[in-house]
Amino acid sequence: MSEVAAAPQMQISDEVAIQMIGMHKWYGEFHVLKDINLTVNRGERIVICGPSGSGKSTMIRCINRLEEHQKGKIIVDNIELTHDVKNIAEIRREVGMVFQHFNLFPHLTVLENCTLAPIWVRKMPKKDAEEVAMEYLERVKIPEQADKYPGQLSGGQQQRVAIARSLCMNPRIMLFDEPTSALDPEMISEVLDVMVSLAESGMTMLCVTHEMGFARKVANRVIFMDGGEIIEENEPEEFFNNPQSARTQLFLSQILHH
Amino acid sequence: MTDTATQPRSYEPGNHPDLPPPLLTSGPLAWVKHNLFGSPLNIALTVISLYLLYLIVPGLLNWAIFDAVINAGSREECKAIAAGACWALPAIRFDQFLYGFYPDHLHWRINLTAVLFFLALLPVLWDNAPFRKQWLIYSCIFPVIAFFLVVGGLGMEEVETTKIGGFALNVIIGVTGIVASLPLGILLALGRRSQMPIVRTLCVMFIEFIRGVPLITLLFVASTMLNYFLPPGTTFDLILRVLIMVTLFSSAYIAEVVRGGLQAIPKGQLEAADAMGLRYWQSMRLIVLPQALKISIPGIVNTFVGLFKDTTLVVIIGLTDVLGVGRASLSDSKWQGLPEEVYVFTAILFFVCCFSMARYSTYLEKKLHTGHKR
Repeated sequence: MSEVAAAPQMQISDEVAIQMIGMHKWYGEFHVLKDINLTVNRGERIVICGPSGSGKSTMIRCINRLEEHQKGKIIVDNIELTHDVKNIAEIRREVGMVFQHFNLFPHLTVLENCTLAPIWVRKMPKKDAEEVAMEYLERVKIPEQADKYPGQLSGGQQQRVAIARSLCMNPRIMLFDEPTSALDPEMISEVLDVMVSLAESGMTMLCVTHEMGFARKVANRVIFMDGGEIIEENEPEEFFNNPQSARTQLFLSQILHH
Repeated sequence: MTDTATQPRSYEPGNHPDLPPPLLTSGPLAWVKHNLFGSPLNIALTVISLYLLYLIVPGLLNWAIFDAVINAGSREECKAIAAGACWALPAIRFDQFLYGFYPDHLHWRINLTAVLFFLALLPVLWDNAPFRKQWLIYSCIFPVIAFFLVVGGLGMEEVETTKIGGFALNVIIGVTGIVASLPLGILLALGRRSQMPIVRTLCVMFIEFIRGVPLITLLFVASTMLNYFLPPGTTFDLILRVLIMVTLFSSAYIAEVVRGGLQAIPKGQLEAADAMGLRYWQSMRLIVLPQALKISIPGIVNTFVGLFKDTTLVVIIGLTDVLGVGRASLSDSKWQGLPEEVYVFTAILFFVCCFSMARYSTYLEKKLHTGHKR
């Protein structure tokens, strides 16, 4: 049964994309992340869930150094995250991120949002950057909105622009931080469709989300976090049908049955 | 009848045609009805306002225009012709009001500078100007051209800077202060929000010190005390000292206004820029500042207008700006007793400039509005 559900079974390479070893983080006195150990191979799709405040967003934000970890190691794309600004810049070039609140730049058009980083970070000529941007805008099915400003689009459209904007940098890893939590129910599926097709293309993805349908459809692994720890980690079917810890069972019963 | 509420209902979509709005909800008549006669209080206020206008406006117009005299040799002659304003004084001394004691035969240089200034301003304010990039290069070198035109040198007759006066002096100080204090203020604002403790502390100290001191004090420091601090023998042009002080003064205010704008930018904007790999200065220039400055436009222009009017304070340290010329002309025995005319004339000069700035800022705000406020 599990083979059928996990339909887009892309081959996962042995190459390691992200590795966290004994990673800890504190906010002042507060211990947010406790001994996180996680290895993500290239091409893997991982869904991270857990109650709010469990540290799941903080964990993926550590991967591109939006948050700084204080202990342990994070290695992304064979580069270790340290205080070295050069390393951070290099990792950020290869890691795309999609935020809960889209964080599009309201003073720039959709097209300008998409071409900004390729032009300024990758030093791509403007014309090439625009061509690439239109390609990705077509892939997320909103090329006709290219000249509008983000404020003129619906939430679902904005989030799709945000995904296209990240893809324009041609990243090897994509991080999604609750990409559908701020959307109206009607718009969630249009964003999830884009994410599914992205997963099918073999992108390495880490998604913090509570969309369990999405997790069953594309994830190789589901990770459950609570209180700053990874409590459970399993294949989606096993995870949903046969959760091991009591905390996971409680969480699943709350989000699945109501 | 009672059951209809529980019946399932459905509507054919598109069965409601677009109807015109009910009468008197739009158009000028509706505006008058709603804004001037909307309620008893509104009606009373409208009537009182009209009555006050009736009391003030005719008298003002009579004084300023209908009973005014423009050709006369002295105040006595004015009074003999009509009872209204005696514009003959600003008319006769017009050149002095504009140029101060700048030599008569060199006034063309100030005029040329003014014309070149507007040409330099145009591409800055008008972003669809043809050849804007090349034109902006000219705008950047304009200050150098202006300096030599006003002060002389390069084969042109030199003019002592203390001779520069009248409204030209106000404009020179005002424009220099505005142009120089904006970038300095932005840097101070960024510095005050910096993660680096030394930069932050220095910026905070500078801003708080300058803001905590009256401009006149700083001008006195510029005119007298600066000589004590500088090594003996260094001569430092007085107007240059004033320019520096005025710039520093307004940059502290600009910094606080811009900081307000910076604080209004959601953290997510910077996070998105970081996640895309933009560097600090890139994200500031491309993402944060364009949005923060847009929010700060009213405050920035407010500071500029204030700065421009504060340029009249230089009269206290012995420079003869337009107010200085006015005062001097009032002590002329032929013209004694005409303060209204002198000050109204000065007020009009300032009002035209400040009001233009205000209008431009309104235009800019409208133009930069990209519909993200919903």
